[in-house]
Amino acid sequence: MIDDRSRVVITGMGWVTPLGHDVTSVWSKLLAGQSAMGPITRFDAKSFTTNFAAEVRDFSLDGFLADTSAHEGAHRNSQYALAAAAQAWRQAGLGDVSKPGHPHSGHPSLEPRRLGIYLGAGEGILDFDNYVSANLAGWDPESRTMRGSEWGRVAHETMTPVCELEQEPNMPLAHIAEAFCARGPAYNTLTACAASTQATGEATEILRRGDADVMIAGGAHTMIHPLGITGFIRLTALSAASDDPVRASRPFDATRNGFVMGEGAGIMILERLEHALARGATPLVEVVGYGSSADAYRITDIQPEGMGAVASMNEALTEAGIDPLATDEHGRPLIHYISAHGTGTKENDSIETRAVKRVFGENAPKIPMSSIKSMMGHLIAAAGAVELIVCAQSIASSFVPPTMNLNTPDPACDLDYVPNEARDLRGAPGGVRCAMSNSFGFGGQNDTIIIKSYEG
Amino acid sequence: MSRRVVITGAGAVSGFGYGAGALWEGLCAGSSAIAPIEAFDAAGMRCGLGVEARGFSAKDHVPKSYRKAVKVMARDIELAVGAAKDAVERAGIVTKGAGDGAEPTYRPDQVGCQIGAGLIAADVSELAMALSTSTDDSGRFSYQAWGESGINNLTPLWLLKYLPNMLACHVTIIHEACGPSNTITCGEASGLLSIGESLRVIQRSDAELCFSGGAESKVNPMGVLRLEYAGRLAGAEDCEGVAPESIVRPYDPGSPGGVVGEGAGILLLEARDSAEARGADALAEIVGFGAGQSPRSTEPEQRAEGLTIAVENALSEAGLEPGEIDAIMPAATGVPRLDETEAHALQSVFGPGASGTPLITLPGAIGDTMAGAGALQACVGAMCVKEQRLPARLHGGSPAHGMDAGASESREAKLERVLVCTGSLGGQNAALVLARA
Repeated sequence: MIDDRSRVVITGMGWVTPLGHDVTSVWSKLLAGQSAMGPITRFDAKSFTTNFAAEVRDFSLDGFLADTSAHEGAHRNSQYALAAAAQAWRQAGLGDVSKPGHPHSGHPSLEPRRLGIYLGAGEGILDFDNYVSANLAGWDPESRTMRGSEWGRVAHETMTPVCELEQEPNMPLAHIAEAFCARGPAYNTLTACAASTQATGEATEILRRGDADVMIAGGAHTMIHPLGITGFIRLTALSAASDDPVRASRPFDATRNGFVMGEGAGIMILERLEHALARGATPLVEVVGYGSSADAYRITDIQPEGMGAVASMNEALTEAGIDPLATDEHGRPLIHYISAHGTGTKENDSIETRAVKRVFGENAPKIPMSSIKSMMGHLIAAAGAVELIVCAQSIASSFVPPTMNLNTPDPACDLDYVPNEARDLRGAPGGVRCAMSNSFGFGGQNDTIIIKSYEG
Repeated sequence: MSRRVVITGAGAVSGFGYGAGALWEGLCAGSSAIAPIEAFDAAGMRCGLGVEARGFSAKDHVPKSYRKAVKVMARDIELAVGAAKDAVERAGIVTKGAGDGAEPTYRPDQVGCQIGAGLIAADVSELAMALSTSTDDSGRFSYQAWGESGINNLTPLWLLKYLPNMLACHVTIIHEACGPSNTITCGEASGLLSIGESLRVIQRSDAELCFSGGAESKVNPMGVLRLEYAGRLAGAEDCEGVAPESIVRPYDPGSPGGVVGEGAGILLLEARDSAEARGADALAEIVGFGAGQSPRSTEPEQRAEGLTIAVENALSEAGLEPGEIDAIMPAATGVPRLDETEAHALQSVFGPGASGTPLITLPGAIGDTMAGAGALQACVGAMCVKEQRLPARLHGGSPAHGMDAGASESREAKLERVLVCTGSLGGQNAALVLARA
């Protein structure tokens, strides 16, 4: 159990998503069931079996950061992370980096070494055209070998140091450290689609131990580039309904056939409660539980009973001191909303359903559980952080977002997925006070976080 | 009071081949594994030298039923899988995949896995073969042809070879480790940061045993190109006529740089009470850990900030004064800019010349192993503490900054506590204090 000194709260949130670049407007769009899907514009994908995605549109770092000079070569993943962090930082009252001056202007006594970062950010974008040129120049089809001198000549001529080094997955972290003057513990995790949930959970643990006062946590990623889309097409993980992108992502629907690629970032300011209160900050929600597990089953398949997901949920519930089988005096389960991993692949959604039923028993059908991936696609490493912000918004408003495109029931998916229309829970006793976010990574790494309304 | 954590197994795959035993022997003998690169035609690169784990294939180190899966392993993954097996055997642990079907030492949910990884480079020949099917009449790549049909020339599971979390995923599957699982991707600091995460997982009782470390192979065209671009590699002209063991010259301002490498270090971290209960012979105890971030700067004093913080925090957790450290194993890359930063950090904690504390340096022997580096350092550090011996130190010049890093033979030494630390390309730093168990 968590004692008072180790309580952790979220005091700021920000995101860059395919539906927009600020928490409030995107939240309205999610409740209205809007879709961000459209044709891929970043490269010529017309002939690809999946030629659509949920792209971040009309985005520029200008306006988020007063001084972008240190971030000129930043790839899109790092730029999204910076913009999301700037929003979170401002909401937390730590400073406004869109204006010139020190980033800690809102809290000048914040010690840089007590400010840490834990991201679940993905790698940058391969310099595809130049990479292809070098590969084709060097390739000898007769001997089926790569001629190193030719490859090296073209590679050195066309690929640049900045573009190559900015692809390292720790670069979003490096940019954030620079922009916010952080010198504390700094980590990047890349547990595939679970990464930013893991990052937020581990950041919480660092704060609980007292190794930092404030952590910038979350994730950023884009795989909307030729090899990213290629890789997932080959895995048959992407929806191929090219004629109707808006209806392509159909989590929990019997006709679901894969996920839609999204991109973006979600960043939160996590803080030791004591520290937040001492500086007069307003806690938005409290982080009460975190769990991490591995399926240890197969690289290509999820453990059929969802035992990995069961383990991460149970671990988070135990830490939170929440009995999944209990109900309150009104007969409501103690978890009021679950943000599903809900990718829209055949395998994930049915196994996730099975896992939630195993954990919550008779309570499972009473808990609204939705997937915003139906609207903004799968943000891969960034998905978990964005979805945790959705949970926080649900707690703040007592509305939960819908799962769109859910029209054909699947007997293997028989829970309450909030189909096609947001749910107003303001009339439910207690509204939405406690929410759980699940993220499951390719390869079998699973993470769960539980947050609760802050109640002093 | 948090639980105490010991290292009960240290596994490695390095330029000396499979096994921490081979690594220790090579290091103590004062050999260098630097040799011409064989894995690919390096004629177009700045230097044709590298360090490879020659003759190593994960096929020889996985259960028979898992051999097929080696096909979907990038080299980085193979290295991690090999080192994990070595660690398990040396720790005397039984897992699902090691121990001939005997009852596993721990329940699967008591076993965690935190393995650091790098940006894994796709195999250029494999991609070139597929991409070359999608050219237009002028021989240029055509997106249209690729999308229509060329794409089908890539094996369906292609992407899974290159996801950095697959190092941990394969290890968890082979050894049935269902506990907390993480993949740190912070360049050279990945290994030590992962060990720090495992330490915390066990301290908070979320696992009894953790696979912990990191692996990477940069011995491929993109890996070498990126290290070149990062200014880390000596050129061919610098190495001509120089004996392999003299190429890398840590803390020598005239050092030409490092040599590309590959390797994995996987440790088994175990709750001390559980290890004692099963009668395990620990190599070392982890008594302190720290992490910190450095700013980007032209000034070495500023760049040193994160490493200084990491080392101070590790010492503080261990409750130790700098003078109580008997040896230091820093990154010691032989890249002057990085060495200068590191020297600044160590001197700001330990005083001028790091107070003559002997340094243990690895890159001259095993090359620049990036995400494998910190883990290999920790692996060697644990063996130093166990064996009460310093391995030989390779050096082809004269270390500056008063650092005790010049060429020396292996020797016995009283090593109660060893500090292991590293920075990274992205500015993350980590430090670990190992003590006699």
